[in-house]
Amino acid sequence: MDFTYSSEQLALQETLQRFIGRDYGFDRRREYARTTLGFSADAWARYAELGLLALPFPEAAGGLGGNAVDIMLVMELIGRGLLLEPFLSTVVMCGGLLRDAGPEPRNEEMLRRIAAGEVKLALACHEAAGRYELSHVASTAVRSGAGWRLSGEKTVVLDAPSADYFLVSARSAGHADEPHGICVFLVAREAAGVSLFAYPTQSGGRAADLRLDDVAVDEAALIGASGDGLALVERAVDKGIAALCAESVGIMTALNEATLNYLKSRKQFGVPIGKFQALQHRMAEMFIAVEQARSMAVNAAVYADSADARARRYAVSGAKAYTGQASRLVGQQAVQMHGAMGVVDELIVSHYFKRLTMIDLCLGNADFHLARFSDLLRPPAAAASVP
Amino acid sequence: MDLKYSAEEDAFRAEVRAFLEAELPADIRSRMSLGKRFVKDDMIRWQRILHARGWGAVMWPQQFGGTGWNVIQQHIFEEERADIGAPPQNAFSLRMLAPVLMTFANAAQQDYFLPRILSADDWWCQGYSEPGSGSDLASLRTSAVREGGHYVVNGQKTWNTLGQYADWIFCLVRTSAEGRPQQGISFLLIDMKSPGITVKPIAMLDGEHEINEIWFDNVKVPAQNLVGEENKGWTYAKFLLTHERTNNAGIGHCKRALKQLKEIAGAQLANGRPLIEDARFRDRIAQVELELMALEITNLRVLSATAHESRALGPEVSVLKIKGSEIQQTLAELKMHALGPDALPYLREALDADWTADPLFARHYRDYATPLSGQYFNLRKTTIYAGSTEIQKNIISQLILGL
Repeated sequence: MDFTYSSEQLALQETLQRFIGRDYGFDRRREYARTTLGFSADAWARYAELGLLALPFPEAAGGLGGNAVDIMLVMELIGRGLLLEPFLSTVVMCGGLLRDAGPEPRNEEMLRRIAAGEVKLALACHEAAGRYELSHVASTAVRSGAGWRLSGEKTVVLDAPSADYFLVSARSAGHADEPHGICVFLVAREAAGVSLFAYPTQSGGRAADLRLDDVAVDEAALIGASGDGLALVERAVDKGIAALCAESVGIMTALNEATLNYLKSRKQFGVPIGKFQALQHRMAEMFIAVEQARSMAVNAAVYADSADARARRYAVSGAKAYTGQASRLVGQQAVQMHGAMGVVDELIVSHYFKRLTMIDLCLGNADFHLARFSDLLRPPAAAASVP
Repeated sequence: MDLKYSAEEDAFRAEVRAFLEAELPADIRSRMSLGKRFVKDDMIRWQRILHARGWGAVMWPQQFGGTGWNVIQQHIFEEERADIGAPPQNAFSLRMLAPVLMTFANAAQQDYFLPRILSADDWWCQGYSEPGSGSDLASLRTSAVREGGHYVVNGQKTWNTLGQYADWIFCLVRTSAEGRPQQGISFLLIDMKSPGITVKPIAMLDGEHEINEIWFDNVKVPAQNLVGEENKGWTYAKFLLTHERTNNAGIGHCKRALKQLKEIAGAQLANGRPLIEDARFRDRIAQVELELMALEITNLRVLSATAHESRALGPEVSVLKIKGSEIQQTLAELKMHALGPDALPYLREALDADWTADPLFARHYRDYATPLSGQYFNLRKTTIYAGSTEIQKNIISQLILGL
């Protein structure tokens, strides 16, 4: 048992801190969020130079052979800096899915292109009626000659507007909410029949609804085995959840620092407001919440790469539920303790709050994951009927 | 970064488990698992069994007869101990007084008292709180006046735990009225057989005798029973409290309680189905399990960091104390609620080892039910003792956050 970062990890952390400090200040970040792209293409090129885009991939595919703990470290800083680039979608989730799908030439080729910063990907795994349920797939995949034809609609696909490719879940067999019969396809943005409705998100990012209208893809576009795609999507999303937990811990840590500074500097009734016990105790509660959330995020990172779905779900859903609850407390109370300064656009506090709030709502909110976690507590016999 | 136990740690756990399975007497194990009334003899017997194995003090360094185990080993031992249902050891002796003696007492005191703690020849209790001095402990007034080779002690201690069984009490006493209240306190070891000591039980909400008032009426205490320097006792007292609070995280105890809660919720029926199938109740279990998962890792992070940086535990134990005490309370509350109407019967005699239920009653009333409501009431103390939750938040805000 060891809770320390390796020297390589510490070096990565320092490099990234320096990059954010120099090139990604809060004012710059606001400018990037206002551009059409919604992030910085230059920064993305820097991610590639720093090796971030190759971090979790096998060395055979041009990667650095990192693990989910490396991702945690990066995501914490992405949180602290409120970075906007599509690292989560491209590297963590889509890259992770392609890695888990095996060393087929197309997968490895795509990983190499991701690592080089040549392509960006988005994971299209949610549909309107499914809410957060990944097995709810009504989009269809129909065999057509040597390939497939795909039709359906995917909702709120994170980072879709800038993506060159999508990884799309579609059903080749079964009913809309069955776990079996789901396939994952690699679909080019430029493919005929693909259309997008793009929009900004509440926390400064970009997303889109995706429509596939009888899109023709070849056989090699099928990632993994036909009908077994759900496991791949779940693993990818679990990696994304662990990463989001780390991002939220990074934000909560920064938000607590900002709030603590405010308590020490803001004076009312002739004293710093941090002298008031009501605020001291609330600050102590926020401190405890972040320490506990950090523990859960660490645990999620350690299990995020596990192929054991139950152990992974226990750690990852537990962490997402817990950090979601903690981030609600920390976010809301940071705003509250900043008084009116907490609700202005000028301070980073409100931006942190909005990002925390949206992280909770991404990939399953606290209630959704508490329910999943809770289902794992059922005795095996009773739970057997539930997938 | 690796949260999995190493092969050596797994082997150590197996060794601990095998020892516990082989050596924990069946009668003690049975009483513990059914939550029967506390028996001092059980703890004494168990301490001697551990001592014979060389495990009498898992948290002590080897030079004083401890195991010298690292924090991870201690954690594993405590987890296995709680899981199998072995009695806890006397924390007042082993976890609170002993670190003070090792750090501040003279060699003669160490040589006399520490081995007697290990062998369970001495049972220690604590004399800290007074009627007028709870959270504001430094305002304490029990006086110790030096007369020749003795201190003469007068005053009243309260909220003393299990002092009716104790051979000795460690006390905070006032030896000076000069300066700030913290400056006139001394740390004194007092033989409970001394003339002038009266132990009076305090009736508690669960109906059990656990807590006492202790009165001192011109009690003569040899001056060599002063620990460290006169008037420096506050430093030792705070040092002791830090050690006390570490244990208050109670991870092992909580993990066992959680396991029992799930077993109870699986056995209790609601409209003919196991209660654990009720999502509303199961979600409450899930919520406390999340808190406990997080606390277990936080606890290990804190212990590892202090070991890594070779420093003593600091104010971060307040985090562990707040969370650990809340989790203990929540688990006790859920166990009681799992019983539903079976939480109502109050059967004092059922806590005795030889009780058997009336056949009609036993048709619905399970043997695990007896102690649960009392435990819920009893454990309201956890957020009050050893520095209330509010005091812990003061400590965090002042010593960690700098407010």
